[in-house]
Amino acid sequence: MKDFWKRFARNKGAVIGLVILVAVIALSAAAPFLFPKSPWAMVQRPFIPPFTMDKFLLGTDPMGRDLASGLAHGASVSLLVGLVSTVVSLLIGIPIGALAGYFGGWVDDVLMRFTEFFQSVPSFALAVVLVAIFQPSITSIVIAIAIVSWPPVARLLRGEVMSLKSREFVEAAVLSGQTHATIIWRQILPNTLSPIIVLASMMVAAAILIESSLSFLGLGDRNVMSWGYIIGAGRTVIRQAWWVSFFPGAAILLTVLALNLIGEGLNDALNPRLSRRGK
Amino acid sequence: MARFIAGRLLKAIVILICITILNFFLIHAAPGDPAAVMAGEAGETDAVFLQQLRERFGLDQPLYMQLFIYLKSVVQLDLGYSYRQQFPVLDLIADRLPATLLLSLSAFVISLGLGILAGAVASARQGRWSDTLISMVALIFYATPLFWLALMAVLLFSVQLGWLPGFGYETVGAGYTGIARALDILSHLVLPALTLGLFFMAVYVRMTRASMLEVNTMDFVKTAKAKGLRPGVIQRRHVLRNALLPVVTLAGLQAGQLVGGAVLIETVFAWPGIGRLMFEALSQRDYNLLLGVFVISAAMVLLFNLITDVLYRVVDPRIRVTS
Repeated sequence: MKDFWKRFARNKGAVIGLVILVAVIALSAAAPFLFPKSPWAMVQRPFIPPFTMDKFLLGTDPMGRDLASGLAHGASVSLLVGLVSTVVSLLIGIPIGALAGYFGGWVDDVLMRFTEFFQSVPSFALAVVLVAIFQPSITSIVIAIAIVSWPPVARLLRGEVMSLKSREFVEAAVLSGQTHATIIWRQILPNTLSPIIVLASMMVAAAILIESSLSFLGLGDRNVMSWGYIIGAGRTVIRQAWWVSFFPGAAILLTVLALNLIGEGLNDALNPRLSRRGK
Repeated sequence: MARFIAGRLLKAIVILICITILNFFLIHAAPGDPAAVMAGEAGETDAVFLQQLRERFGLDQPLYMQLFIYLKSVVQLDLGYSYRQQFPVLDLIADRLPATLLLSLSAFVISLGLGILAGAVASARQGRWSDTLISMVALIFYATPLFWLALMAVLLFSVQLGWLPGFGYETVGAGYTGIARALDILSHLVLPALTLGLFFMAVYVRMTRASMLEVNTMDFVKTAKAKGLRPGVIQRRHVLRNALLPVVTLAGLQAGQLVGGAVLIETVFAWPGIGRLMFEALSQRDYNLLLGVFVISAAMVLLFNLITDVLYRVVDPRIRVTS
């Protein structure tokens, strides 16, 4: 563990990313206390520019809503959607990849054709269609993001499992009479954890981008304030009020950047031999 | 080669049929009456109209017959009728396709060209400040929401500086012809194509850099050095050529992403392509049109993948030997 931190901290970008992410998490946790009013509430006259009123540091939007409050409340939505949809896509991708890699043969063929199908469909367009047809809600958004993002997980897992399958400890497990389920679950999967963690951190970042794009197109959950929605709402007034679109976009950029940096740091820390290549 | 292309074509057709089946089930899985879904849930739909629709689409028949009717019509290139826009879906799409092709191909060329160039420079100057700078810029573009980058580009170059138009495909009512019209369209193309291209550029920069650094460690590079070739020549003629192969593969895989990006970019820039059409279908709840655009964009991606696959084999003769 100490070794892990040492290697992680050697990557300066990763440390910066971690600091940003902790700040965003703190902001989302503090949102209900900092801004107890609903982010949808009209609190002042519209179009107050940023940094002109202490009470409304980032100004107000065309509806007179507090932009800072919207940002703080939107943080939790972005993080939540990113995290949950990644967990769901891991739940789809890990079994498919593990079964394909472990059993090979026709199981592998069928599962990989299935994966390939989802890889050749334009993913964002599919997400748009899914959310539009099943009506925008947090659940439909999470499921749509998961459906378009699991194929890389399955491919990664398949490769890892295939290379682990021929290792001695797995052969020993087979000889000792363990069932397939036990071998996959207890022997193989724990050894694939580090590449999964690295991929997952990048997937959370990608999911946040997809969520914000969906909300921007008007496919967000109507009941929650999200960063993408604020940008979409500010788009028509960009000439008069640049700040409405600017700040939430910068927030997305920082959060996604932080997660990607952390992913690289994790890669350095968890796969030290692999990552030295290409440096 | 002919067998290879035929095989790939067959695969693409199977995938397209699967997408059509997926579409069919999506219409039926949508909350509400499929007839109402196809009609775009128009508020004024009366019972007689819906009944007509049901008969027309065979919605009163068993599900497998409906699927068969649907597949048959798609095979005949009949993507249905947009009741909102009062036009066949295919006509609407065909009308918008050229603009999307122009935008996505320009963005593709820009991203691949700039990406490979910047990636090659970064790997040649590994560890120096120019490498750090290029890698950092790539990392930032990689994390930027595409639609926000587009909005900020409009704000800066169109609203503030007034250098480039930030809206539309050409100047409406200017009546340009010939070269003047081409230049006018080009000036409208610059911002959308650049913003769409920059995100993907980031992907190629990272890939080219990593790939070149890896090729650099190979034995034939040592040989080239040992026989006294200049470093620039080694990088260009030996390393870059071999490093490009994984980049080309990745570029083929990115085609699907490019289509998704086009939806966002066309929405921001009011670019009259199929991405914008998709957005219009969304805001009017015109599901028939939405699914039509989805099928066509998937077909575009498949076609593009096929082309890169063929190109890849032409570029790298080794692949023919191994498979």
